[in-house]
Amino acid sequence: MILVALLFIPLLFSLITYLSGDRYAKLTAFGGGVIAFLLCASLKQPFMAGGLAPLTYTHDWISNPVIKFSLSLDGLSFMLLALTTFLVPLIIFTTFRKTIENAKAFYALILLMQFGLLGVFLANDGFLFYIFWELALIPIYFIALLWGENKDQEFRNRAIFKFFVYTLAGSLFMLVGFIYLYQHAGGFGISQLYGLNLSGKEQSFIFWAFFVAFAIKIPVFPFHTWQPDTYKEAPTAGTMLLAGIMLKMGLYGLLRWLLPVVPQAVTLWTPLVIALAAIGVIYGSVIAIKQDDLKKLFAFSSFAHVGLIAAGIFTLTREGFQGAAVQMFAHGFNVVGLFFSAEIIWQRTGTLSISQLGGIRNVAPKFAACFMVVVLASVALPTTNAFIGEFLLLFGIYEYNTWLAVVTGLTIIFGAVYMLRMYQNVMLGETNTVTATFEDLNWKELVVFVFIIVAIFQIGLAPKQIMSMMQPALDNILNYSLR
Amino acid sequence: MKTIVYTSSLGLVCMLAEMFNLRKFILPVAVLGLCIIFGLNAMSWGVNQGYYHNMVMIDNYSVAFSGLLILLAIFILILSGNFYKNEESKISDYLAIIIFTLCGALAMVSFGNMAMFFLGIEVLSISLYILAGSKRKDTKSNEAAMKYFLMGSFASGVLLFGIALIYGETGSFDVAKISECTAAASPSPLYYIGVGMILIAVLFKASVAPFHFWAPDVYEGSPTLTTATMATIAKIAAFAGFYRLFSACFIPAFSHYAWVLTAVTALTLIIGNFSALNQDSFKRMLAFSGISHAGYLMLGIISLYGKTDNAIFYYSLAYGVSSIAAFAVAIIVAANVGSEKFEAFNGLGKTKPLLSAALTISMLSLAGIPPFAGFFGKYYIFSEAVRTGHLALVVLAVIASIVSVYYYFKVIVAMYTKESKEVSFTVKPAYGFVIAICILLTVLAGIFPSAFANLL
Repeated sequence: MILVALLFIPLLFSLITYLSGDRYAKLTAFGGGVIAFLLCASLKQPFMAGGLAPLTYTHDWISNPVIKFSLSLDGLSFMLLALTTFLVPLIIFTTFRKTIENAKAFYALILLMQFGLLGVFLANDGFLFYIFWELALIPIYFIALLWGENKDQEFRNRAIFKFFVYTLAGSLFMLVGFIYLYQHAGGFGISQLYGLNLSGKEQSFIFWAFFVAFAIKIPVFPFHTWQPDTYKEAPTAGTMLLAGIMLKMGLYGLLRWLLPVVPQAVTLWTPLVIALAAIGVIYGSVIAIKQDDLKKLFAFSSFAHVGLIAAGIFTLTREGFQGAAVQMFAHGFNVVGLFFSAEIIWQRTGTLSISQLGGIRNVAPKFAACFMVVVLASVALPTTNAFIGEFLLLFGIYEYNTWLAVVTGLTIIFGAVYMLRMYQNVMLGETNTVTATFEDLNWKELVVFVFIIVAIFQIGLAPKQIMSMMQPALDNILNYSLR
Repeated sequence: MKTIVYTSSLGLVCMLAEMFNLRKFILPVAVLGLCIIFGLNAMSWGVNQGYYHNMVMIDNYSVAFSGLLILLAIFILILSGNFYKNEESKISDYLAIIIFTLCGALAMVSFGNMAMFFLGIEVLSISLYILAGSKRKDTKSNEAAMKYFLMGSFASGVLLFGIALIYGETGSFDVAKISECTAAASPSPLYYIGVGMILIAVLFKASVAPFHFWAPDVYEGSPTLTTATMATIAKIAAFAGFYRLFSACFIPAFSHYAWVLTAVTALTLIIGNFSALNQDSFKRMLAFSGISHAGYLMLGIISLYGKTDNAIFYYSLAYGVSSIAAFAVAIIVAANVGSEKFEAFNGLGKTKPLLSAALTISMLSLAGIPPFAGFFGKYYIFSEAVRTGHLALVVLAVIASIVSVYYYFKVIVAMYTKESKEVSFTVKPAYGFVIAICILLTVLAGIFPSAFANLL
């Protein structure tokens, strides 16, 4: 029952936020986000002890086809719920200084999206998963479309529409896959789907139907073309939602709904998928080096990082899984920190072009320090969260294939190149006319950074805690995937 | 049976009321009358009975579809009050004709005899010919009526020819007897030609490609409310009748036409969706979207030997209510902005947030995005088609759905991101009411699909 409460709190607050009017919308939304987070945090006890037994809730929903309103919370879901419920109020908080037009609709949509995201991570029934998966898409479409900050509306319409059609196209094929599975399993329940024995050909069909949906969301090369423009055109809060949480839906989908359901097809297609992911890692990094636009640079760097996560998942090794899970969590914080920094620069200077910036550290030392930590975390410096994740991922990939590990390992070097060069050009050097009047952080912005930095070092220094919480769930998935 | 009789009487009452100068009361009486008929219809649930030598067969299938059609007719009647406010002297005629349209539709879903099926189609079509041309001074309306009449009567002729051939082969118009007859002995080629002709006529009435050429022009030229009637009542009745006729007596002939139906379905999906892409008129876009929805419904027909009536009913419900909402908004916008093009919707999101939200929901539902009814409609249809082994067609339909998002979102984008000069207007309560009920049904049917999807 507590799961239902946790799931529906964002929906309820979405309504309240809309009704509370533009003036109080942000406070109501923030309050709703905090309540959801506290409720989620109160559930951590069983997972701290390292138990596998998930919390579940099942209620009949649709009798034909048999679709149950079935939720389940194990260690993996819990970590993603924690990430979502933590980041959503934080993202709402980042917007506190801005005046947002039609604020009630904006914040209501953010919470509605949170409802969809929580549902995706909680669903224990394939169909329910699908519904929430789609439900999360509609709010972010409108957030990105209506509150984007660039002037060129036509371009934005096209970019955001491309994003919508891409993701919808992928998920419709997933729907066909689910329908097909239902004909064989007689239900959408996860245990029914895990217990299926399909022929190799059928498995390959299901594999591609699902993989395309997840690959578009993650995104994996070559399904990524929607991503840079969407990240750039969406308002920063929307970009944070997309990069921080929404792409985890795809990675989570791989772990929960793809690998254990069609294990033979996964083994068959793994070389191709890992190769694609590795291409994405290199490709994203190389393009990031050439970028002059901060948001686009972060978009391509995020693309490279998640490519590595996807590769780690497909190694089907314990370390690969661990690394993927930790990195999913860590990447959420880092990418939010990066885009928040971009937002601060954009608000104060009105430009995101690296070549026009410079010397910000001279006038804003606090911002420079915070930004530095986030940048170092995203290039996976030891003691930061991403180091643990990427190390485990590369270890997993090494176990799978040495050369692949060498190639994907380049991402750390490339990452250091483009990130540090970006930092150098933007923050160091002489101030120019654009940056001379750069205000340092105010306390609200500082609070956001403090939370992110604490999370970065907490996971970086004591990763065992969250790893032991997720381990039983990951082992369970690994067992099914290797059957 | 009562349903058809009472509905016809209500139509007559509407015409008579004009003579006694009771014009003001016609609309409320007609709506109330249809509500009562809706209730009476619901009371025949579970009855399985034939009337007049099985001319009319009442069973759950006919009751469910009659209920849906009556509901849609009630919505259209409520909308008609304002729509015809400049032609008050003719309102009784219009209302009566709309009710007769419903009558024909009811006969099409509850026939037990081919003659009754033909009568139903004719009553429905002739009423619609008149309604299509009801804007007498508008050349486009005249053109629509003329086109519809010429093509429609030709199709009726083909239908009659087909029925005659079937009669020649089996010696009966009664669907049960035809079914027995073909089960006993394998029929001659004439029978198959007859079935083919009936098929052509029904596909024409349902505006399925390649018999769809009349639809865009007729839909665009007719008054918008008539377009709504054609797109909902006429189309749903055509498919319900199609399913009833073929599942009752032509299943043996079905396998011979399987490849034809497959081709027709694929063609409809492709033509409907891709033609809708290039439209700049919202109404014409809805016409093509209606063709593409016919394609999805054809997926249900093509797998009808697997008993797909539930899927077709649910899809019709979802499509019907969402379309009525969309047409109602289109009528309001056209009346106040004076255009049916997409630009007419520019800036509506700012001036009329609720109306835009309603149109957004109905577009999302028509595009098949959860959690709205249209999504489950597609789900049921796809799942029946996969179950009966039409996976390739389902993949095509999925691609078509992706394409459809493009044109459904055109209006959403126009409403929310384009600027326009402020045109302020108020939404009439009658319209607000119908739109609210339709959206409520779209959402409820989407969240609790089992309530509507397991009726039959």
